[in-house]
Amino acid sequence: MLGYYLDLALRSLKRSPGLTTLMILIVGFGVAASMTSYSVFRAVSGDPIPWKSSRLFVPQIDMWGPKGRRDGTNNNEPPDAMDYTDAVAMMREHRAKYQSAMYRVSPSIVPPDASKHPINVGGHAVYSEFFPMLDVPFKFGNAWGADSDAQRAAVIVISDKLNQKLFGGANSIGKTVNIDGKDYRVTGVLDNWSPKPVFYDVVNTGGFTTGQEDVFLPFTRAIDVGMPNDGNTNCAEIPKGSGFVGLQQSSCIWISYMAELDDKAAASAYKDYLDGYFRDQKAAGRFDWPVNNRLRDLPAWLDSEHVVPSDTKISLMVALGLLVACLVNTAGLLLAKFLRRSSEIGVRRALGAPRMAIYMQFLIEAGMVGLTGGVLGLMLTWVGVRCVSWVLPKEIASLAHVDLALLMLTLAVAVLATMLAGLYPTFRASRVQPALQLKTN
Amino acid sequence: MQISPILAALRYHKAGVVLIAMQIALTLAIVCNAMFIIHQRLVRMDKPSGVEESGLLVVKNEWAGKPATGQIASLMAADLDTLRKMPGVANVYATNTYPLSNGGFANGIGHSPDKRNYVSVTAVYFSDENTLSTLGLKLVEGRNFNADEINGLGDNDKIAPAVIIVTRELARRLYPDGSALGKTAYISNEPSIIIGIVDRLQIPWVDNSMARWADCSTLLPFRNLVTITHYLIRTQPEEIEDVATRVRATLYATQRLRVIRPKDGVKTFAQVRAAAYKSDRGMAILMGVISVILVATTAAGIVGLASFWVGQRRKQIGVRRALGATRQDILGYFLTENLLICMAGVVLGGLLAIGLNLWLMKQFEMERIAPGYVLAGVAMLLLLGQCAVFAPAWRASHVPPVEATRSV
Repeated sequence: MLGYYLDLALRSLKRSPGLTTLMILIVGFGVAASMTSYSVFRAVSGDPIPWKSSRLFVPQIDMWGPKGRRDGTNNNEPPDAMDYTDAVAMMREHRAKYQSAMYRVSPSIVPPDASKHPINVGGHAVYSEFFPMLDVPFKFGNAWGADSDAQRAAVIVISDKLNQKLFGGANSIGKTVNIDGKDYRVTGVLDNWSPKPVFYDVVNTGGFTTGQEDVFLPFTRAIDVGMPNDGNTNCAEIPKGSGFVGLQQSSCIWISYMAELDDKAAASAYKDYLDGYFRDQKAAGRFDWPVNNRLRDLPAWLDSEHVVPSDTKISLMVALGLLVACLVNTAGLLLAKFLRRSSEIGVRRALGAPRMAIYMQFLIEAGMVGLTGGVLGLMLTWVGVRCVSWVLPKEIASLAHVDLALLMLTLAVAVLATMLAGLYPTFRASRVQPALQLKTN
Repeated sequence: MQISPILAALRYHKAGVVLIAMQIALTLAIVCNAMFIIHQRLVRMDKPSGVEESGLLVVKNEWAGKPATGQIASLMAADLDTLRKMPGVANVYATNTYPLSNGGFANGIGHSPDKRNYVSVTAVYFSDENTLSTLGLKLVEGRNFNADEINGLGDNDKIAPAVIIVTRELARRLYPDGSALGKTAYISNEPSIIIGIVDRLQIPWVDNSMARWADCSTLLPFRNLVTITHYLIRTQPEEIEDVATRVRATLYATQRLRVIRPKDGVKTFAQVRAAAYKSDRGMAILMGVISVILVATTAAGIVGLASFWVGQRRKQIGVRRALGATRQDILGYFLTENLLICMAGVVLGGLLAIGLNLWLMKQFEMERIAPGYVLAGVAMLLLLGQCAVFAPAWRASHVPPVEATRSV
């Protein structure tokens, strides 16, 4: 029976090639526009560490108080980064399973070969627990140990890209890298790790950046040698002291913080600890405002930092609107097409075809239009995703890609949407009165 | 033209009418908002930076090997000297940031040393006596910095300038009732005297959230002695390409221990502008493409459905023609029918457009749509409907009266 319906649908579609082509084009363009927007949205809104994101938390302490709110834009939100005092105190008290304070650095590396120019690298100063906390994969070696944190050791973890550049991709564990005139011993080489968004430090990267993360070195060491902060520094008041030490003593915020808490009890205990910490500081005279801390898990944190650009969301909404308009259009055209064949339906019904058979016949026809439109949409989506780099900033455009899941989704959306659009026209077709049709002919 | 017979006839294909009206409504709602977004982006991209942009070159330099503050001062002085001597270079200065760079820092400025109590936020540009002429800024009041007023400023050193130059917008906010020239303002916890006012200088960021103070910039008489420096170079406009290709090698020849990235270390200001507004331009293009697809789809849909209706009613048209209706009557019938459907569509669509705009305002801090956009959209869609239906209607008007006699 299916073969017969397919044959009928094909004949019918061939009979009015103009209308058929029009419907296929409309479905194709509608699906392609929405799928292209979706591919960008999918790329920027994905969970960068899905197996663990609900166990990673970002604490916020209200060290500025209500008077420090900027322009009233972020309502009653406490600052979204930390000052040195609090970050180091929380590292010392060590209340989570894993935790790391971190700040962005951008040192330059002087190659041993004097004929080569120095290169500039980006990275973060972190604690050793950063690596197990974020399940960072290693190609060679491993993270430095907690003792290196304490000793402020000159050790470093480098990306495989930098390893390629400096050591030709060989196992470089134990070799040294000259940073700002000092030698750092390589303890580990990352295995192609560049999560997007850069979830561990969205404050300084905005989530999406073309900047590479090439080096990770101990936070304590970076502070010791006065490696400057390459990220944002926000101050509610002017630091009293000068230089890097002045920054460390100030209430300026420039440090990101992340903690792993494995269950609800641990998370609520940690929140209590944060509030207790705040009250202790208040008792010591540092603050004179009520407790207003936050402890968000990673998805909530990314959301509160507006990591997904609003342009991406608007584009997706508008493209979905386009898809709906295309479907309304297709529904109208299918209605016209089906009702034009009222007499054919009348004959089939009079010869004993049940309503169900009419449903089948026309839904298959709609599905065929959807499938062909979907194939066209597939090609247009592929072209569209290729073209996003013309219209979107590089750091976002480079993330959008076509994969099997997107292709399958495109086809499925095209077929299902077109069949949905065909439902009402089919219903109308199945209601055709056989007697009336036979009489008028 | 009588409306009532048309309305009566429309009742016989309600579904088609509803679908076309919905199509028109959706198109209107989306296209109006898309046009509004495009317009906003174009306005934003059109904003003058206050800088004379052609012939301006930016070099990002980073010292390697962590030189001390004193060393940086002499390295920088040597660089400025080298650059100034390059053929084709008219002027140069070193700074922490520049307009449209999307980086730098901002500070509160006001009438008291308490930083939590400021009049406006301002972008901080470190400058020297060559800044005004290098950037081509227009000094409207007061004077430029003197060479002896420029001080070095190490990493995280205290910023307390004795004199500053502000933009006209910032001057107006600080002293709305008179000239700000010669008055004091607190950008640090010590007072600074405003010695000059420039007409316009945009802040480094183009983000919408900072639009409220986009023209509030302050020039501070400092040379920032940190590892990363931007050299802004004023060239003869016709020699900019030439200078751009030579500048990297020239600087490396004087001192090897530095990083000027081959990919983006040297940029013309045109490239800076393109990069700063890339997402705005992209959004405008995207909205444009979607609008075009949508309008084309709607027009095609109207043609398709109207053609079907004409085909369905050939017999009735023949009868009307046989009973004395002229071709104009038939043409008018279909045009009016379409107009009625489209009018229902645009009424619904106008409401939808405003609803969508309200939702966008709530979700994405967009501005309220100007009524002109909705009205223009309404006019455009009514016209589009008429154009789309014209071909099928014209074919209908050419149905011969003899059609009435067939197969009855």
